[in-house]
Amino acid sequence: MKKRVYLDYSATTPMKKEVLDEMLPFFNVQFGNPSSIHCFGRENKSAIDKSRGIIAKTLNARTEEIFFTGGGSEADNWAIKGVASALKDKGKHIITTKIEHHAVLHTCEYLEKNGYEVTYLNVDQYGLIDLEELKAAIRPDTILISIMFANNEIGTIQPIKEIGVIAKENNIIFHTDAVQAYGNVVIDVNELGIDLMSLSAHKIYGPKGIGLLYIRKGTKIQPIIHGGAQERRRRAGTENVPAIVGFGKASEIASEGIEDHISKLTYLRDRLINGLTEKIPYVFLNGHPTKRLPGNVNICIQYIEGESLLLSLDMVGIACSSGSACTSGSLDPSHVLMAIGLTHEVAHGSLRLTIGDYTSEDDIDYVIEQLPPIVERLRQMSPLYEKVKGGN
Amino acid sequence: MYSDKVMDHFTNPRNVGEIENADAVGQVGNVKCGDIMKMYLKIDNEVIVDVKFKTFGCGSAIATSSMATEMIKGKTVKEALNLSNRAVAEALDGLPPVKMHCSVLAEQAVKSAIYDYAQKNNLHYEELDGYNPNEEDDHHDHGVEEED
Repeated sequence: MKKRVYLDYSATTPMKKEVLDEMLPFFNVQFGNPSSIHCFGRENKSAIDKSRGIIAKTLNARTEEIFFTGGGSEADNWAIKGVASALKDKGKHIITTKIEHHAVLHTCEYLEKNGYEVTYLNVDQYGLIDLEELKAAIRPDTILISIMFANNEIGTIQPIKEIGVIAKENNIIFHTDAVQAYGNVVIDVNELGIDLMSLSAHKIYGPKGIGLLYIRKGTKIQPIIHGGAQERRRRAGTENVPAIVGFGKASEIASEGIEDHISKLTYLRDRLINGLTEKIPYVFLNGHPTKRLPGNVNICIQYIEGESLLLSLDMVGIACSSGSACTSGSLDPSHVLMAIGLTHEVAHGSLRLTIGDYTSEDDIDYVIEQLPPIVERLRQMSPLYEKVKGGN
Repeated sequence: MYSDKVMDHFTNPRNVGEIENADAVGQVGNVKCGDIMKMYLKIDNEVIVDVKFKTFGCGSAIATSSMATEMIKGKTVKEALNLSNRAVAEALDGLPPVKMHCSVLAEQAVKSAIYDYAQKNNLHYEELDGYNPNEEDDHHDHGVEEED
């Protein structure tokens, strides 16, 4: 069989077998509705609470502060719209950044159309926010600071603890989208001063379609999904029991092995970064060299375009992603790459390779071997490259 | 996503390169949108005897450039001016809707090169009436909204 190398773990991860095994009985054997009084229901209620407890422990949170959602995007929507709605009499100003996931950005844009004001903080060339700019953006009517823990494209990890301190000093709710960070960074919600946090299971080898919002006790937030009394009346809808059970198991595995996971991924990441930047000219790393997710590699390969790179890599079995406009169907390349100051032409040549638990050293070496000739072939076709060669 | 023909022209593009002392050179597209096509023509007695291209862009930008060069090679200048983007797309067994603009770019690359030829040789082609190479395609539509 043709070699296949999956390097798109930030898009999604394969579910671990232990997770699947844990979930399976909940589809047909232990299938009751957790809201039912009878034993079929009760046993599932306790399965949900067990998962909730496991996950809470991995975050140093309380069990009753975990609220399951239909995924990370829903959790982001809930955090922002829920606080906006609960605190509209206090103020209508929200602070976020230019490099958030679209689940945050588009929710903020939606609120802007409905009378709220949003400040989008800049980031520096590494993708880090400036804490002084954050302080300066705070107003008497600021009700929420929403800043992602780690960026999904370039992997930059924000100074979450410092942001938490600033939010607390100013008595503002602090939400963080930690979808990419969870399982890759040790998170203690108390130490970091986080009030609201969005997580997703499928980024940590769990099932898709399940996420959660951590809500610190006492945080003012309205529900956005109305209906039954599930999730302590804050998120209606019959619970996705198999997925919740899977999320719990995936969290447990991720938490137990996190140190090994981080050191293994960091080693492979740096091997890939060094290999590619040494072997290919006109390549540079996006994001911060050290304050970055252990599995994230994001490089710009100048003078070529990302989609043609992805196609060529796919032909040799390498699966990854790009911030090029052509891969998204939009006119502009990634908003994150624009925010760190890249020109359009350079941003179109970005490549994101994200490493995970099933990535081997062989996989990394295979990419380091396969990519240079692909780049050379595309550069030979590129009218932008002739100038560079001519100018040497 | 792409037809076999597109993938064939992407993997083995025809007529890649430059022509020294070309009779015409045209460049269209812009880096902002992520596609630039440069086309070189050798024209002898109103016939395009050789054509080469260089493209910075996605898979379909490379494939449409390649196909367009095949379709105009050996043709008269007038015939080349009548090459439509649809014909290029059809010859590739179709393009995804979001990529149709690449075929438009290929058509414009041909026009832009012939415009250069007309300017240099003081020729007039009615197909180029109203054509302004500096006005092309800054705002082409990729056909869909941004992804989520």
